[in-house]
Amino acid sequence: MTLPGSETAKELSIYGLMAEFGQPEALLEAAHRSFAEGYRRMDAYSPFPIDGLAEAIGFHKTRIPLIVLIGGVLGCIGGFYLQYWAAVIDYPLNIGGRPLNSWPMFIPVTFELTILLAALSAVLGLFALNGLPMPYHPVFNVERFQLATRNRFFLCIESIDPKFDREATRRFLESVGPQGVYEVER
Amino acid sequence: MESEQFNKSSEIEPTGPVIEPGHTFASVTDKISAIVLTQRTPRFWYVGFGLSFILVLVLLFGTAYLLTMGVGVWGINIPVGWGFAIVNFVWWIGIGHAGTLISAILLLLRQKWRQSINRFAEAMTLFAVACAGMFPLLHLGRPGYAYWLFPYPSTMGIQPQFRSPLVWDVFAVSTYFTVSLLFWYMGLIPDLATMRDQARRRFARFAYGILAMGWRGSAIHWHRYEMAYLLMAGLATPLVVSVHTVVSFDFAVGLVPGWHSTIFPPYFVAGAIYSGFAMVLTLAIPLRKLYGLEDFITLRHLKNMGEVMLATGLIVAYGYIMETFSAWYSGNIYEQYMMWNRMFGPYWFMYWALILFNILVPQALWLRTVRTNPVALFIIAICVNIGMWLERYVIVVVSLSRDFLPSSWGMYSATIWDYAIFTGSIGLFVCLLFLFIRVLPMISIFEMRELVHDTEESR
Repeated sequence: MTLPGSETAKELSIYGLMAEFGQPEALLEAAHRSFAEGYRRMDAYSPFPIDGLAEAIGFHKTRIPLIVLIGGVLGCIGGFYLQYWAAVIDYPLNIGGRPLNSWPMFIPVTFELTILLAALSAVLGLFALNGLPMPYHPVFNVERFQLATRNRFFLCIESIDPKFDREATRRFLESVGPQGVYEVER
Repeated sequence: MESEQFNKSSEIEPTGPVIEPGHTFASVTDKISAIVLTQRTPRFWYVGFGLSFILVLVLLFGTAYLLTMGVGVWGINIPVGWGFAIVNFVWWIGIGHAGTLISAILLLLRQKWRQSINRFAEAMTLFAVACAGMFPLLHLGRPGYAYWLFPYPSTMGIQPQFRSPLVWDVFAVSTYFTVSLLFWYMGLIPDLATMRDQARRRFARFAYGILAMGWRGSAIHWHRYEMAYLLMAGLATPLVVSVHTVVSFDFAVGLVPGWHSTIFPPYFVAGAIYSGFAMVLTLAIPLRKLYGLEDFITLRHLKNMGEVMLATGLIVAYGYIMETFSAWYSGNIYEQYMMWNRMFGPYWFMYWALILFNILVPQALWLRTVRTNPVALFIIAICVNIGMWLERYVIVVVSLSRDFLPSSWGMYSATIWDYAIFTGSIGLFVCLLFLFIRVLPMISIFEMRELVHDTEESR
């Protein structure tokens, strides 16, 4: 009994297939080969950052620097304007006829607020882009995955990848020399 | 390439590598997480925590008495309106600086030896800044009105005076605390995930799980994480320099002889790093011994910290010499008298003790045998801690006690409430550190794995 679309429904009933590796080099190699094979929707998991791993799965650019720049510029302009508004517009104090907009004296606070907003946007931007906090994620359904924060390295090809096929992808993953291949339940 | 160079230098380095050989990803993870998760809490932890908690109670009692009776219970008077509270504030803020230096500046300089000491140095920063922040609040006399320092839509229709260094201080210190907290928490997230996965007890898994926010070590996440971490280091570096600069402006912008000096910003920043490294050594030497972490915090780390202390100590010594020189060269009688008063006035003992602890004793660090001897380093670090406190005492109290008019001279001596709150703040600092090493990994686990990986690769 084959209804149209049931094949995709069967593929999508799992989150993906996950391969386990013992060494970072093996994971990097597998990531390169998966990308060369044509897989695009995948992610690699490691207990520490590995040079070139994100690039290997096709992720090159991050918007973090732009977010930090915007935060810093907002902090700088906002910080200066806060003081300008307080000292010139809202509460001007005439002290011996000195200029109200005494900008050199406003630089320390402007600087501190630049750093503060840039740092806040770096951390909050990181959380937002990474989608954290995320209390539930399917990869945690794999029993062995708790070693991903200790000494094991994982590569997960997700079922939403157009090229994903339960059998073919499993065969492919087994060919890249993993220590095990697991189905990731949703 | 970079790790190759690093390994080569560790081969010719007689004090050894930054991590002892033979460690794997699993062994560093298990060893560091076991301190928190599976090992029995050692007896010294209970003793140390208990003693420091008694001091916290002293702090609470002293603060309660102070708030009930007013700042008159302290030794401050006119002319010495800034007493222990300001001395302690500057001292604690300075101590905090080493944590940021280790975690940010040494990261930008690609100094891999920072990796096993950055976590607890950052924790130290956070707790030191918390202790520091307490003092100006208490010094206000009416801490309930502290919010007047911030610009807010006030029904009184007034605004803070943004031309005052005291307002700059509020922004500098609160930014410093916030950024240090963010930096520390960000560095902790991957390790909190490790703790979540290593913990066996239900409550521990839950608590670490909430704090780790679902971190799963995805390559894309790591990619963004490293970029954000680098940018945070780049932001924290000028910040740390600005904080003690602004603190020094509190003095340098004033007209009091001994305060009104352009050398203050660089000499305060160097002094801050000096006292901070002394405090890191004061904490690291007993900790590595008690928890058996000699593999991770090696003699190489201690020696490097000793060298940073020697270098910053010499900058501080230069500051003292220049202060004396400019007092003489200025031809200004008030400046000249200030210097004479420091050396031979009623507080002469403080000045010469400061020279002994801050300048003479640390010269022993020129000897390699001293730099690689934990006991000697510990003693020197304690001396520097005391010396830096005395430096701030000399600057704050001695300068204020005798300014321009002999008719307005006065003497200052601290009361038991000054001492209660000062020792209480040390108790709070130590108590927070004991709690930290009990519930969080005191060494960055994921950075140690990176270190294992890098040293293996180049082998």
